[in-house]
Amino acid sequence: MADEVVLLDTWVSMFGMRVRVALAEKGVNYDYKEQDLKNKSPLLLEMNPIHKKIPVLIHNGRPICESSIIVQYIDEVWNDQSPFMPSDPYDRAQARFWVDFSDKKIYETWKKMWLSEGEEHEAGKKELISIFKQLEDALGDKIFYGGDSFGFLDIGLIPFSCWFYTFETYGNFKMEAECPKLMAWVKRCFQRKAVSNTLPDDKKVYDFVLAMEKILKNK
Amino acid sequence: MENEVVLLDLWASMFGMRVRIALAEKGIKYEYIEQDIWNKSDLLLQMNPVHKKVPVLIHKGKPICESLIAVQYIDEVWNDRSPLLPSDPYQKSQARFWADYVDKKIYDLAKKVWARKGEEQEAGKKEFIEALQLLEAELGDKPFFGGDKLGFVDISLVTFYSWFYAVETIGNFSIESECPKFISWAKRCLQKESVANTLPNSERVYEFLLDAKKRLGIE
Repeated sequence: MADEVVLLDTWVSMFGMRVRVALAEKGVNYDYKEQDLKNKSPLLLEMNPIHKKIPVLIHNGRPICESSIIVQYIDEVWNDQSPFMPSDPYDRAQARFWVDFSDKKIYETWKKMWLSEGEEHEAGKKELISIFKQLEDALGDKIFYGGDSFGFLDIGLIPFSCWFYTFETYGNFKMEAECPKLMAWVKRCFQRKAVSNTLPDDKKVYDFVLAMEKILKNK
Repeated sequence: MENEVVLLDLWASMFGMRVRIALAEKGIKYEYIEQDIWNKSDLLLQMNPVHKKVPVLIHKGKPICESLIAVQYIDEVWNDRSPLLPSDPYQKSQARFWADYVDKKIYDLAKKVWARKGEEQEAGKKEFIEALQLLEAELGDKPFFGGDKLGFVDISLVTFYSWFYAVETIGNFSIESECPKFISWAKRCLQKESVANTLPNSERVYEFLLDAKKRLGIE
């Protein structure tokens, strides 16, 4: 019996991108359903009644919510190829730690910087750069966060790269100057089809954010 | 070797308690080092430079931070006894989802009750009760969230029970009258030695919280 896999998502969500990259890495066919978050579908509300957020993976009718939980689920179900999780429990704990760190810090700090001005804006910018420097330190000299192979933490972080142009433009800084090693890792990840076929164009992301800003400022 | 496993913790931390219960469930001997969170030790800052928080599990000299990550690590390393997570990938994803829900909601909602006053506090009480009732619904007729046995979600949640007296007293309300099923589940958990030996005296927690409020400048 064929697996039925459905993904409720929005094209611009870095969290949704994690799931799309994971599914692509495993070669899983799925039905992608773009969601309108200003007008949430009955399906989304039924499948994620607690948080009402995307992404939601629906596997044979059963929902899995929260992107890092979904990626681990995908790894455990489609376990015949391309394992994401390190085999050593300590390395697994470290990968989970940094995904959790990125979950807690990146988007919240971006929001602090985004529409603020003056001191608040500068503080947000400083914090955002510091977050990426910490992530760069965690990479060290490895090819990928997963060592020789592209893994859970690579999947967790790479989607943020298509938002870098947006962060740079609003923050007036360059990731290449601040985190050159991280940018080299981004280029290596983009050599993988799962990443280059999934991540949207970073100018498209910027246009989306600009449009959001206009809407918020006109309220 | 006892100092092979070390735990940096604060006796009143509901997050630290999770790790202590997991270690007890697995029968693991460890060295407990009480931390003064108002005057953080060099060891804590060295072992958790990113968040500078307790608990930190140190195994063979290497730190694991974030309580749910530490509990999963314990389950994976000492995998020959008392499994804390289900083996089925879907059940595992659901256990991770609910533990994540507890992490995202319960502390902040309880804090709204103990740190705010007036209308904000009333709103906090309502949201806190609603969250507990949602968890009651998820528990259903099962003795534990883990089914017949104490599991990952039980461990992530029951530790908050030790803070209920403090929250009720400051908020001037009764949790048991609104969430009787929750309370009977908590008492069922307390029949387990690992839980009973870990959860501190509720009145001591209340004194701790009153002191914490003073130090944080919250009336």
